[in-house]
Amino acid sequence: MTVTLYAFYFLSLVAVLSAVMVVLSKNPVYSILYLIVTFFAIAGHYLLLNAQFLAVVHVIVYAGAIMVLFLYVLMMLNLNKEDEPHKSVRIKIAAVFSAGLMMTVLIGTLRGATEATRLSGADIGLVRNLGKVLFNDFLFPFEVTSILLLAAMVGVVMIGKGEK
Amino acid sequence: MIIMKIPIEYYIWLSTVLFSIGVLGVLFRRNAIIIFACIELMLNAVNLLMVAFSTQLNDATGQVFVFFIMAVAAAEVAVGLAILVMMYRNTKSVDINILNRLKG
Repeated sequence: MTVTLYAFYFLSLVAVLSAVMVVLSKNPVYSILYLIVTFFAIAGHYLLLNAQFLAVVHVIVYAGAIMVLFLYVLMMLNLNKEDEPHKSVRIKIAAVFSAGLMMTVLIGTLRGATEATRLSGADIGLVRNLGKVLFNDFLFPFEVTSILLLAAMVGVVMIGKGEK
Repeated sequence: MIIMKIPIEYYIWLSTVLFSIGVLGVLFRRNAIIIFACIELMLNAVNLLMVAFSTQLNDATGQVFVFFIMAVAAAEVAVGLAILVMMYRNTKSVDINILNRLKG
């Protein structure tokens, strides 16, 4: 119990702090690197939640593919400098205020959530059960996802080709 | 094998905080790439909450949904970054304030 709880606290602290650093870093490359730290912390949360397969997929897809894409674009555009123009102080204060307000309202709304049912013990996070659910109940959305990825690929090639 | 003994409320709070940080980043920064990164952060906050509830209720549907969110996020990032690269080629900047001329 306590070990799990300490792991939860540690991973939450890492996730929140590095998420804050994503927003506050001046250099975009550092922002993306902090985002990778956040994603690894979230993968740790998945492990803690007994979703092993999803943790592995999360690391592969997010930290392995999407973040590499981000870093590649940043370095191709040569944006690793700190001369980004900043918003005015008034807009920044408004942004912090509205985000904090939203957080307060959401936490206040969801505060009463209690554990109505606690069913545990089954290995639903393993690849065998997830595959059964995915290919029995969600076969059509799965196929549609493949079409979505194909459409995204064609669209990216068309956009990136340019008019030259 | 660790059976979850952490209250679901903690996960709700953590997800809310992460989501709010993502919203803050979208409102706070002018670099379009950082705004994309903050959108990814928001998607991940939702994913985390879905996995938490999926484990809590012992129902694999939530984890399958997380799959689909990951696929959509990958497609979105690919298309968005391609648009961003085209924007940089035309304007030599990724400042989103330039995009207010999109009204044509």
